[in-house]
Amino acid sequence: MLEIWHGLIKALELIVSLDPEVMEIAGRSLRISVTSCLLASSICIPLGSLIHFHNFRGKRAVINIIQTLFSVPTVVVGLFVFVLFSNAGPLGTFDILFTPIAMVIGQMILITPIMLGLTISALSGVGKEIVDTAISLGASGFQTALVVVRESRYAVLAAVTMGFGRAISEVGCALMVGGNIRGFTRTITTAISLETSKGDLELSIALGIILLSLALIVNVALNRLQQR
Amino acid sequence: MALMEIVGLNHRYGEQKVLENINLNIDKGEVFALIGPTGAGKTTVLRLIDLLEVPSAGEIYFDGLRIPESGKQRLEVRRRMSFVLQKPRVFNLSVYDNVAYGLRWRGERKDKIDKKVNKILEMVGLKGYKDRNAHTLSGGEAQRVALARAMVVEPEILLLDEPTANLDPVSTERIEQIISYIIERRNTTMIMATHDMSQGQQLADRIGVIINGKIVQVGDAKEVFRLPKDKEVANFVGMQNIIAGRIVTNAKGIVMIDIGNNVIQAVSDCPVGEEVYAGIRPEDITLALSKSESSARNCFCGKVSKVASLGPVSRVEMDCGFPLVALVTSISAEELDLEKGREVYASFKATGVHLIKRQVGDTL
Ligand SMILES: Nc1ncnc2c1ncn2[C@@H]1O[C@H](COP(=O)(O)OP(=O)(O)O)[C@@H](O)[C@H]1O
Ligand SMILES: [Mg+2]
Repeated sequence: MLEIWHGLIKALELIVSLDPEVMEIAGRSLRISVTSCLLASSICIPLGSLIHFHNFRGKRAVINIIQTLFSVPTVVVGLFVFVLFSNAGPLGTFDILFTPIAMVIGQMILITPIMLGLTISALSGVGKEIVDTAISLGASGFQTALVVVRESRYAVLAAVTMGFGRAISEVGCALMVGGNIRGFTRTITTAISLETSKGDLELSIALGIILLSLALIVNVALNRLQQR
Repeated sequence: MALMEIVGLNHRYGEQKVLENINLNIDKGEVFALIGPTGAGKTTVLRLIDLLEVPSAGEIYFDGLRIPESGKQRLEVRRRMSFVLQKPRVFNLSVYDNVAYGLRWRGERKDKIDKKVNKILEMVGLKGYKDRNAHTLSGGEAQRVALARAMVVEPEILLLDEPTANLDPVSTERIEQIISYIIERRNTTMIMATHDMSQGQQLADRIGVIINGKIVQVGDAKEVFRLPKDKEVANFVGMQNIIAGRIVTNAKGIVMIDIGNNVIQAVSDCPVGEEVYAGIRPEDITLALSKSESSARNCFCGKVSKVASLGPVSRVEMDCGFPLVALVTSISAEELDLEKGREVYASFKATGVHLIKRQVGDTL
């Protein structure tokens, strides 16, 4: 018990003193997750709109598959990316395994279903009346789609936030394709999971607190936006 | 040539036939009102005209151009019109952006947009609301935004679907004023749907009555109101007394109509033997306590069966051997001390009786 208490105190010291290693790890986590989140958004929002605004055969099935993939295990995505980029794998020549690029790719694959699914449901939340109003005021198909995205912007933002949350908090994939290399691919979650077993409790607790705070800040900001 | 020409329009939703053989010509600068009860198909007609939907059959010509069923031309034509939908939705944006959208979509320049939006907001009295989020507006204000954003693009045809439904009386008057202003100043061709008879009468040059998906009568407001073509139209325009009978004599344009237990006199050139309905507007019937007070040709003694106050007027139902409904001012209802069971004389002029031809087998 005392050990945990000590750990907590030291962890707070690490944070308050802006310990270089803690900051470096937190910064990398943020960079990787923000990048994967932005890249995934730039795919999911247009793709989600495309799926939502077009009627095609098997649309229902596509949406079902997307929703099923919401809960794809992180290690499965990790395994997939690992196999893809390993030396013997089909994309092995790129030589990006155990780099932040591989981690970004892994996280993108991981969060695309949830972002895509939530974007589609956000767009479906906009009533037919809004669509009719836009069309009747002279909007083209594309302009109408933009109106709908704009009307559902807070719900779409929530989809992006959910994606970010999943990206920054996952450990399985980051560990498998990043390798927790100190100063290179070590992120908050990989550090926590490996350093704890090595007995470095202070670092783990400090990073845990930072991770929680990040989640809190993002959620509060989103709530603020939605209430406007 | 008519600006808008509609030929043989039919429409169905699934199995349900909603419109049947609609033919209309709307001239440039004309204000046309489509009136009819809820569910008659007014909204559907407007949606087809605005090219939001493709008719099951029939053609629409805009300015002489036949509208194709798909393709870019539909957007081009649609951009020459504006449609204020029945339940107008404002975008979750500022009032300014709501109004500016239509201009941006048409690729107008920014400074021009600014000028036009400001001018139109002034017209609808929302100048000070520019930066407000449109979702915070009241129903009447939102409707004014809807009118403004439709008008700002200077449409050749403005389509209005029940522009004052669900509004309070003050907002309704305000909206009607703005519409009148548009009619006077802009000379915009207008097609409006309404289930409010008096609104159609007040604002429109010409009225089309639509019932059960069919246009049953087109004419100027007075004509439709005074001379409804059939029983359904008569009912809809408030001719609450519709009495079945047969013409028994015709002397110099004054006919006697046998309605079973009584005779009604009317002015008409209908031949003897014709089966007709006698339509009498309730406001054309006067009530008195004695027979001598009236000079009208038709005078019947009856017993009041119900009196309902409608504010400034009262609706009096009575039994004169046949049912009759009269509208009298509430003041005279009080003076006559009208109440259930009281005996009154109902009188109406022969010119106040409108005859409608009756198909044999028609039932009331
Ligand atoms: N999208 C739709 N799908 C199925 N039926 C519809 C649809 N829109 C309208 N209808 C039906 O078409 C008929 C006419 O409707 P509408 O044009 O809205 O009448 P109005 O505007 O005169 O009240 C009604 O019976 C209505 O139920
Ligand atoms: Mg309607």
